[in-house]
Formats: sequence, C-alpha cells, structure tokens
Amino acid sequence: MPRMKFLCDADRCIECNACVTACKNEHEVPWGINRRRVVTINDGLPGERSVSMACMHCTDAPCAAVCPVDCFYTTDDAVVLHSKDTCIGCGYCFYACPFGAPQYPRVGNFGTRGKMDKCTYCAGGPEADMTEAEYVKYGANRLAEGKLPLCAEMCSTKALLAGDGDIIADIYRERVVTRGYGSGAWGWRSAYGETVSV
Amino acid sequence: MTIHTKMARLVAVLALGLFALFAQPQAAQAQDIVNPTAQSVTEDALLGALSGDAQVQGRVTIPDDLSSGLIKPGNRNWADTHGGPVRTTTLIAVVGMLAVLVAFYLIRGKIRIDSGPSSERILRFTSMERFAHWLMAVSFIVLAITGLNLVFGRAVILPLFGEGVFGTLSAWGKVAHNYMGFAFMLGLLLSFLYWVVHNIPDKVDLKWLSQGGGLFVKGVHPPAKKFNAGQKGIFWSVTIGGAALSFTGVMLLFPEMAGGEAGWQLYQVIHGIVAAVLTAIVIAHIYIGSVGMEGAYDAMGSGEVDLNWAKEHHSLWVDEVQSKQSQDGGEAGSRPTTQPAE
Repeated sequence: MPRMKFLCDADRCIECNACVTACKNEHEVPWGINRRRVVTINDGLPGERSVSMACMHCTDAPCAAVCPVDCFYTTDDAVVLHSKDTCIGCGYCFYACPFGAPQYPRVGNFGTRGKMDKCTYCAGGPEADMTEAEYVKYGANRLAEGKLPLCAEMCSTKALLAGDGDIIADIYRERVVTRGYGSGAWGWRSAYGETVSV
Repeated sequence: MTIHTKMARLVAVLALGLFALFAQPQAAQAQDIVNPTAQSVTEDALLGALSGDAQVQGRVTIPDDLSSGLIKPGNRNWADTHGGPVRTTTLIAVVGMLAVLVAFYLIRGKIRIDSGPSSERILRFTSMERFAHWLMAVSFIVLAITGLNLVFGRAVILPLFGEGVFGTLSAWGKVAHNYMGFAFMLGLLLSFLYWVVHNIPDKVDLKWLSQGGGLFVKGVHPPAKKFNAGQKGIFWSVTIGGAALSFTGVMLLFPEMAGGEAGWQLYQVIHGIVAAVLTAIVIAHIYIGSVGMEGAYDAMGSGEVDLNWAKEHHSLWVDEVQSKQSQDGGEAGSRPTTQPAE
C-alpha cells in the first residue's frame, strides 16, 4: 500500500492560490473554512517563499491522540480522516495540530464551533464511497476514483506534490539536485518525523 | 520567404540585441545584491530558530489571521501531555482514591456513633447552606462525570456502547459541562461566603490532625468546632481548586481570552490536573458523608444531626450552640434548634 503524503516545493510555489480555490470548489467548502491555504514566509524580502499547507496526514496523528470521542481513523493509504457524526466540536484537534488544519464553521465561544472540517486528501469520509451523503459532509472522493487530490493535480508549477511519500520525495530530491537548491520539505519533520535529505 | 518577413526578422533580432545591450548590465548588477537561491528561507533554519511555543509565521491572503501560522511544532507537545501525563494523573488520582476507600472500608468499616443514637437532634446546616452545598455538589458531579468522559470515554464507554451512543452522550455531555460550570461557580461562591469564617485554621486543628481525626481508631474523638481540620481541608481544596477550575474553564470556553494557542493549552492542562485531584478529594468527601460514617449524611440531608454524633465529632461547636441557646432563653422556642427525634 502507498503511504500518501503532500510535499510543497516552495521554490516553485508562486502563491497563485489556485490550490486553495480548487479545493474550495471541488468540495463546495463553506465560507470561513479553508482546508488549504498558502502562507508566504518573509513576505517582500529577498528569499521570500510561499508554502501551500493543509492537513499533512501525519504519522501518529496528534489530532487522533487527543480526540475525546476517537472520531479519527487512518485509511490503508495512511490518509487521516474523521467522522463528523461522532465529532463534538470540542476543538482539541485544532490545538494538537502543528499545521492549523482543523477548521470549524463558527467562532468557538461556549464550545459552539460546530463539527470539525479538514482536508480529506480528496478521500471523503466514513460513508460509502462517492455517495451524496459522503459528498455533503466531506466533499468529493477522488481517491476512490483513482485520482489524486485536486490541489496537487492542477498546480500550475507542479510545486504541490501528492502521492506516495517515497515517490514524491524522489521527485523533490531530483529537482533539488538538478537546480542546486531547495528550501526543504515543509512540514515533514512535524508530520512524519523525518525530512527529505538530499 | 518573402522580403517582407525577412525584414521583420531582421528588425526583431536588432531590437532583441539592443535590449540585451542595455538590460544585461542591470541584471548583473541586481544579481550581485539579491541571490534568491542562496538567500531563500529554509524550513530547517526557521524550525531551528524557534523557541518554546513559537511558530513559523507568514502572511496569508485569506481573511483569517489565525491561518497565517504555518508550522507549530509545539502543538504536538500539548497533544503528548494531554494523552500522557494528564490522562495518567487522572487515572491514578481517581482509581487510586477508590482503591484507598475500599481498603479503608474493609479495614475500619462504617464509623458508628460510639455512644449510640440519641433522642435529640440539633440543626447543623440551614436550608440556604444546604442549597449552596447541593447546587455545588450536583453541578460538580455532572462536571466530573462529563469531564472524565472526555478523558476515558473513548477507552471505556465507546467499546461498551458503540459509536452512535457514545457520540450522542458525549455531545450532550459537552453541552452540560459548558453550562453547568456556571451553576458550580455560583454554588462555590455561596459556599465560600457562608462557611469561610468557620474554616480559618486554628490550634484546635493541630490537635485534631495529631490524632488522625479519630478516623483510624474507634472511640477517639478529638474536639472540633463547626468544621474539623479534615473538613477545612475539603473546604479549602474545593475553594482553591474550584476557583482554578472556574478560571481556566472560562478561558477554555472563550479561547480568544486565553492568549493564543499556548495559553489555551496551558489552561487546559491545569484544568485537567486540578480536576483530577479535586475529583479524588471529593470522592473521599462523598464516602465519609454517606456510607463511611453513621449520622453524617443528615447534616446535608435534613440539616439536623443526631446530638450524640455532634458531641463526638464537633464537641466545641455543640457547646457553642447550646450556650448561645441558653443565653437566648425563651426566644429559642420560636427557632427550635434542638428538638426530640420522632
């Protein structure tokens, strides 16, 4: 089985935000929720870099560890998904996540955040694959159709890579060797406890 | 190829050459100053420069400042603390206390009234005092159970009742926990106002403590006022612990006030550990106020306790009440604090 990961090659990312838009459109993500975002580091300074970030589908996911109702599960592809039926909107996963991935429909006073929403790696949720019920709660299930996440698939500079961790790490490594520089596999240390060494 | 296209090409080549002539020195100059390759920010450098609960911060174009944090490695530490030490502390505190109490019951048994029940009863707590106590007690029990569910529910309730039941229970439990907190705070405040004057530590407490409160030996009854040293311990544990739980609880309810994610996480850990310790203390309190001691429950039940029980456990307080009564003389009749048992 592949071990699905994201890798954003910040030296290619042009901060076009198309991944953000594609994600919102593909899954009809409501206002106020961003499953993916582009963060620009050292904005306006020499060496500025932009990184597209979403749920990294961690190894030993901390969100799953703190969830009081155990609503998270990891698929065979190592994608971290959750059940909105079980979620109580306590917000613990938000405070456990190193990437700010968990999103809530409302501001959290009095614990009225609503059910958590996050990147599903375009893999839906616990409902039967590609059903209306699954789409309404979690969005499209591209993985079940044999496709990779849309954000990475439509990235114009191929900065955002999705797929088996070993394969995308090889692609990134090859790029770094060829062009002679690389700002790193952003988030990998926190998510997978390792980075892509070149 | 016509002469026309040939001319066009020539013009294009000339224009390019001309452009290159002027542009080249400028480009070379710019490269001297900025080398985007060498100067690019790297993840390793940013992570290495982080200290404590800091995060790799950037700028986002979406209208949500919270999402501008890119990587917050410290969040994993909180997750580890919550899933590790907090959970372990809770388990040890609650299960340990239950084990101690079972052992105590098996060895010491129920603490009886040594001189036997009397025919007289004496008013120990007024209805308002009992209201304050039960307001706090009922809300605390709901808070403790729903709180423990957040820590152990997924290990205990989930396997027993399944996802649907557990999810619904926990959702309602969260609502109850969030709102009952305010009932607890009111009960805590009232109890504090009613009883703080009776809970100032004094010399009598030292004697009471040196004799182990008479808890461990039959027939030993150190003197005590309205509250003995053990009860004072409960009072101050509940007051201080309850205040800590109230404050941190409000912070958790209103995350914007908690001072960022690190603040919220700190309050959550304090809330969890204080709650575990206080729950253990309150379990002991419930034990000694119910099955653990004959006649103790009446104090908070009807409010009137057996006179012999009062003499054994709160001798100085009984003297105080009785001398006050004899001073009041006939007036006491309208406010009967002592009356025959039915």
